[in-house]
Parts: sequence; structure tokens; C-alpha cells
Amino acid sequence: MGLGATRGVALVGLAGAVVDVEAFVTPGLPAFVVTGLPDTSLGQSRDRVRAALSGIGCSLPSRRVTVNLSPASLPKQGAGFDLAVAVAVLAAEGVLAREVVRGWTHLGELGLDGRLRPVRGVLPAVVASVAAGLPRVVVPVENAAEAELVPGAQVRGASSLAAVVRGHGGDVDAGCEPDDDDLPGRRRAVEPRPVPDLADVVGQVEARRAVEVAAAGGHHLLMLGPPGAGKTMLAARLPGLLPDLEDAEAVEVTAVHSVAGTFDAAGGLLRRPPFEDPHHTATTPSVVGGGSGVVRPGAASRAHRGVLFLDEAPEFRKDVLEALRQPLEQGSLVIARAGGAARYPARFQLVMAANPCPCGRATGKGDGCSCAPVERRRYLARLSGPLLDRVDLQVEVTAPSRAALAAAEPGEATAPVAGRVRAARAAQAQRLQGSGARCNGEAPGSLLRGRLRLPPPVVADLDAALDRGRLTVRGYDRVLRTAWTLADLDGAGTPDRDHVGAALLLRLRGRAA
Amino acid sequence: MRTSDAVGRYGEQVAVAHLEAAGMRVVARNWRCVDPVRGELDVVARDGDVLVAVEVKTRRCGPDGAPGAGHPFEAVTPVKAARVRRLLVAFAERSGERAPSLRVDAVAVLRPTRGPALVEHLRGVA
Repeated sequence: MGLGATRGVALVGLAGAVVDVEAFVTPGLPAFVVTGLPDTSLGQSRDRVRAALSGIGCSLPSRRVTVNLSPASLPKQGAGFDLAVAVAVLAAEGVLAREVVRGWTHLGELGLDGRLRPVRGVLPAVVASVAAGLPRVVVPVENAAEAELVPGAQVRGASSLAAVVRGHGGDVDAGCEPDDDDLPGRRRAVEPRPVPDLADVVGQVEARRAVEVAAAGGHHLLMLGPPGAGKTMLAARLPGLLPDLEDAEAVEVTAVHSVAGTFDAAGGLLRRPPFEDPHHTATTPSVVGGGSGVVRPGAASRAHRGVLFLDEAPEFRKDVLEALRQPLEQGSLVIARAGGAARYPARFQLVMAANPCPCGRATGKGDGCSCAPVERRRYLARLSGPLLDRVDLQVEVTAPSRAALAAAEPGEATAPVAGRVRAARAAQAQRLQGSGARCNGEAPGSLLRGRLRLPPPVVADLDAALDRGRLTVRGYDRVLRTAWTLADLDGAGTPDRDHVGAALLLRLRGRAA
Repeated sequence: MRTSDAVGRYGEQVAVAHLEAAGMRVVARNWRCVDPVRGELDVVARDGDVLVAVEVKTRRCGPDGAPGAGHPFEAVTPVKAARVRRLLVAFAERSGERAPSLRVDAVAVLRPTRGPALVEHLRGVA
């Protein structure tokens, strides 16, 4: 009668739970039973494990094998438990020493020939294992670089089950090492998208200023303008202005991308703010995350600590836009499924671009616009009030004139603007220390109205706008945040009346009270 | 087919010898039935008070020492074990054997290319 046990990790969202994988070999008719709430692909691991074991010359015992994944009440998904199951069975059979195997965490999917295949979500899984006091992990060799990013982890990369067994001091046939490394999926390099330079944008002084302010304070931004004015160009250049991610943020962001399968460990932790631009036909699950069984992070979570850009925002489906209200407010997304609720971080900077009307020409006097007034009104109304209310900066972008194009003087490049943004962020970090916020865009309202309260003469315009109903109370706080950012960019200690006025203009699309 | 029949008969002889050595008394061999269940009981034996149907599976080993057709017990599926149990119930009714309790066993006989046969006996598989 043999009992063998090792560890695997189950992921729910980004939270990993260490799972005891126990194998129990008893006399009985040959059977292989997996218990402990496996999903279909995990239940099928018995067939992969059976083939992989016979591949290394340790075929399954002709007895009853029960594999239990404990805690049994936690739903477990995916093929990432294959290796742990195989190792537990080998330990139960006495091929591997039980005490040795017990202290290791095993991650990886098995091929029928015993090859170890990479899996998603290795980074958060290793983080969970290390946090549970199990720093020793075996991962597929493709995931080894990713696992090594976790401080304190002792990582062993392996290309096959045979290599794992030998690593644990077991003795197996050497002849069945998989040798062809050119199978699809072996190497999967994700090309980092180059961030274009701000110097490419011609003219657009006001819009450039808005993008700079958005970068400096982490504010959400809406750009309204005719087609071809450069809204998309400006938005794509915003990530280049943002400072590098801090260590804790980088681990968080990398973990999301690891689970999403959009992360290549060769480049180390993701240090640059991500940029996600879902197409306007995107479905709610693709933006906020979802999927049956394994809940995958959506574009909003992949944009965590970066930029979520919605081009042609009014063309997005209503439910997609409304679903963004929760992450805008809380900085995370909770996706509830029958199997449990997954929480993914989603503290992104929302950037929306929109045409003023369906034909896109209703700017300025709106002479060229061929839309009926009712169409025009309905178009922007698709961006609901509650959503727009959360957007600090709302600016109109006009197409550059022929004269501006002819002048062709290159705009300011990314680097100097990024320098100003860094300085402004440093000032914010100092001021907001201890409040939990990192930039003005996240500063809690209680702080703005408490410790950082501005004297009444400075906010007089703001109070007037509130009295007249042009601002909601939330909008009031948001204008204050922008005013602080403007002051930070100017190197002023506190905002003055001009800063508040400019912030109000940015908020109200230039139509100030 | 004839070869495998011979292997099967050989296996049943080995199994009977093993069961008798283990203190069981053979009641019937190759008992066939058509109604209500079609099938055959390889060996029926008595283990004390208990009436036992024994399913015997025999495999020859290849040159590498492993049975080419898989382990004998792998051929005893849950469906087959259940059928043997129903057959045993029918046997108990027809034969008039006193049967306060019933049991189904499986015996695996492995015949290596040389040397004595290996016998494994599993009690109570259904």
C-alpha cells in the first residue's frame, strides 16, 4: 500500500492556493481516479499521466490509483497539475523518495511522450507557493525564467518527466528524452510593441497638454474630435510618458499577463505600463475578463497600471462601457462564476476617443456635419453620465490646419515631457504618502477636502459651477485632483485660482461657466 | 483463437490450484448461463460460508517480461465484474447451494516465457 504526496497550485484569479496532490495505490482492479473537484482538462490528466509514465518505463501499477487534490472543496482547473499527479504516483510507487518529493511544488502539463509543456500563470503560482513556505518549485523549462522572477524561489526547470525524476534522485530510462525542440509552442516570443514618439504629432498644443496632464496625474481622458485629428496618435503615445512601474506593481502586472498568456519571461518583469486598445466590437467578457471554468483576465485587467484606450468609444456596446464603472471606482474586477469569484486588479487609466457625431464633422461651428440634431445628441449620450462623470479630462481635438502642417515644426519629443511627468509624480508621491494613493488621479476625496483643503478664494469658480449644477460633487473632487496635477507640473506647491480654472476648463471641454 | 483458449484453460487450472492451496473449495467450473444473464463463470468456489465467483484472466508475457496485451486485471472492467456478480446470483438460485453471502474475486495468471506462472488474487472486486 503506497501513499505519495506532493504540491501543486490552484489559481483563482491571481490568488494561488497550494494544493496537496496525494496518490494512493491500493490492491484492486486497475483504475485511476482523480478526486477533489477537477475540471475536464484536469480529469483527463490521468490519461496524459498514464502515457507519460509508460514513456519513462514506469507504467502505472495494475492496481487501484486514487489521486486526491486537497483541499477537495476548491475547484481546480487546467492541465498544470499533470506533473504533480505523475510525481505523486511515482512517490506512492516508491520510485521517488516520499520525503524528497513532499517538499516540492510541481507545475506543468505533460505530453504523451513525457515532455513537459509550459503553462500559464506560473508567476502567481510560484508567488503563492513561496508565500506558503514552499520555495522549491519544479516548472517547465520554458517557464523557469518567469518563476525565477519571484524573490526567494528555488526554481528547477525541466524539459521532461524523466528529467524531473532524475532531479529528485530517481532512476529511469534515459532513452526517451524528447529531443525535437522545434514543435510549435516551444518558443513563443511576444514582440513588445514599440511605443511611438510624441514628436510625430503635429500641432495639437491643447491636446498634447491634456495628454501630459493625464500622464502626470493618472487622470482619465476623453478626446473629442473629427476623424483624422490625431486622437489615436496621441493616445498611443501616452504610455511612453508614464514612469516605469515600481517593483510591487511590476510583479502584479506581470502576474496578470502571465495568467492571460501574454507574457514572455525572456524580458524579465514587465516594467513598462501596458497599453490595451480593444476594438469597439469587443464583448464584455473580453474586456472585463471571463470564460467558463478558468476565468481569464480581460483587456481592463491587462491594462492594470497602464492605459486602457477605447477608440471610437460611443461605438462600444453599452454593457461593455457600463462594466468599466466598477474597476474605475475600485481598481479591481470581481468576476463571479459558479466555481467561485476571481478577483483581478484593474487600476488602469482610461483614455477614450470619440467623434462628436456619427459623421464626425460636428466640431467648431459644425458646418460640415450632415447628421440630424437628434442623431448628434444620441451619439455622445451613449457614453453615459455616470461613466463620463469619472473622466477628469475632457478635451476637444481639432484637426490641424494646413498652415500647421506646412510649418511642420516637430512637436516636443516624448523624453522631455516624460521628464516633467516624472518630476510631477515625485511631488505627488511625497504629498500622498500614507494615503494609499500614488498619484492625484487616485487621491481620496476625503484627503482633498481635509488635509489638502484649498482656501475659498481659490476654489470660488468651482463652488460657482457646483451651485449652478455644472458639476457633480464627484466632478468637484475630480477637478480638484486635476488642479493639483497642474500645480505639480508647474512646480507650484499648491494650486492657485488659475490652476483650478484651467482644471475646470479641461473638465468641461472648454465650455467653462 | 485456439491458442488463446488453451492459454485460458491452462490459466484456470493454475488458478484452481492456487484457490485450493488458499483453502477454498471449488464448487463448479465453466458454469454457463443464457437467461437471465448470458455468460460464463470461470470458477465457483466456497471460502468458508461465502460463495465466491472467480474471474480468471491469463496473459502470456513477451520476451521483455511484460504481458503484451496489458495486465490481466485491466481486462476486468467494472461492467464485467458486475455481470459476474449477476451470474453468481443466478448460479446460487439454480444450483441450490447454500449462500449466506456472495463475493466476486479476480485471479490474474501471468505466464512468463520460462519459470513458474505468477498468480495474483484480488478478493471482493464486486
